[in-house]
Amino acid sequence: MNFVFITTSLLKIIGMIFVVILPMVSYAVYAERRVSALIQDRLGPNRVGPAGLFQPIADAAKFLFKEDFTPGHVNKFYYWLAPCLAMVPAITTIAVVPFGSMLLGVPMVIADINVGILYVFAIASLGVYGIVLAGWASNSKYPFLGGVRSSSQMISYELSLALAVIPVFLLVGNLRLTNVVRYQIENGWMIAPFIGDWANLGKWLLAIPMIISFSVFTIAVFAETNRLPFDLPEAEQELTGGYHTEYSSMKFALFFLGEYAAMITGSAIIVTLFLGGWHLPLPFWHRGFHWVVVDGTAPGWRGVVGGLFNIATFFAKVAALLFVFMWVRWTLPRFRYDQLMRLGWLFFFEIALVNIFIVAGILAFIR
Amino acid sequence: MAIIVPRPKLNWRERLYLPAIAAGMMITIKHLKNTIFGRTKVTMQYPEEKWDSSLPEHYRGTPALVRDTTGRVRCVACQLCEFICPPRAIKIIAGEIPSTDRFAKVEKYPEEFDIDMVRCIFCGMCEEVCPEQAIFLRKDYAITGFTREEMVHHKDKLLEIGGVMHGLVLKWNEKK
Repeated sequence: MNFVFITTSLLKIIGMIFVVILPMVSYAVYAERRVSALIQDRLGPNRVGPAGLFQPIADAAKFLFKEDFTPGHVNKFYYWLAPCLAMVPAITTIAVVPFGSMLLGVPMVIADINVGILYVFAIASLGVYGIVLAGWASNSKYPFLGGVRSSSQMISYELSLALAVIPVFLLVGNLRLTNVVRYQIENGWMIAPFIGDWANLGKWLLAIPMIISFSVFTIAVFAETNRLPFDLPEAEQELTGGYHTEYSSMKFALFFLGEYAAMITGSAIIVTLFLGGWHLPLPFWHRGFHWVVVDGTAPGWRGVVGGLFNIATFFAKVAALLFVFMWVRWTLPRFRYDQLMRLGWLFFFEIALVNIFIVAGILAFIR
Repeated sequence: MAIIVPRPKLNWRERLYLPAIAAGMMITIKHLKNTIFGRTKVTMQYPEEKWDSSLPEHYRGTPALVRDTTGRVRCVACQLCEFICPPRAIKIIAGEIPSTDRFAKVEKYPEEFDIDMVRCIFCGMCEEVCPEQAIFLRKDYAITGFTREEMVHHKDKLLEIGGVMHGLVLKWNEKK
């Protein structure tokens, strides 16, 4: 525990939250509105600033100045607690995600702990408490239904979420997320292992269960973050907004931001586990074809540029996944409740479970 | 009588659901692409773009008083438009034209001519009923104001919107 470590950690935390996550959340909302508009042959918000880019600022100002109304029939303590609980886990989870390689000798991950993914699951699952508490404390029927739906949905999907990542760790042999990225730098991305030994058939064979794992995990993240087609807890049409029906102004905004922060965190974890993290291999020809790994370990300005390039790569991947989230949201209709349960318990759970055995079998053969 | 709707039998491809998802995703991305490259007609960006140029000939905008080519306000304050106006938006106070005037024969002119644009329904009855070809519906449609008083068009405003109308029957001219 030296001074440098504490200072850099603090800088990383502040930078991550105030420079990256919060602006990214507000611009994800803006992007969502623009993408949905473009998909529906409209233009979306384009008035505030160039191409509407200052819209999030205007929205934030609106939320700050709106009347913060607390209905008389709510359970005050939990009613106030719930929005915080919706926002905090989503932001806390990002701590273990390596968002870059190195910058000036500092590893670009806030907390490189050895329980990595377990921490992610432990904290991310707390997000449901915010929703359930909001539903319970609002003391009215639609939020209550939303809260109940949220908890049962969470139980159904958390299982396949956790089971889907086990194959990754069977391969890596370690729960630390930086090691997952390291493995992918050496052996290629989980779903596309193009680096290293090309002729190794076993490696390509492993990519198939990895793609299944990736699909199941991504779909489970959709459910986990209450995004369409699994947004039953806040179904506008059936539940008039679900768990946040009784909320207004900044407290509503916290739920809203929490949902988008969870989306960003979910995408970051998908990127780290399956899409190579901050790693972007560049093709290079020097006495035969091979991939160049850009990272921040090189001395001088090359290291700084490399480190920044890694961070940019990571967030570009996250942004691409966020676009997929939006694209799916504005394409697919919501599942019916029983369909959702069926899908969670009868398909994804089994697929994830079988997938583990397949990966274990292949590994037993080739290692 | 209850009707039993037969459920369609789905083949394995339809039951898999994934091809349908992929097809849907392709449709939405196509729409996104077309909108980005401007191949889809989107909402008109109103204050910058206006449809003034493409308004049809018969468009009914705000009613206005016109002058003819001799410079006379065509209205003779007969008050027919005031009577016909369904929402009673028009108010006319008639005045007498002095005998020394070139158009003394007309006898009356509107001293005040107010149209309350809050009430006006752009029906065009006033234009239709006018025996003097004095009031016309022009193509202005963006009538705005901050107060009710601002929304009342007085005579000078109406004349300003109306302008000079060509090709009207000049029935009050002296016979040569």
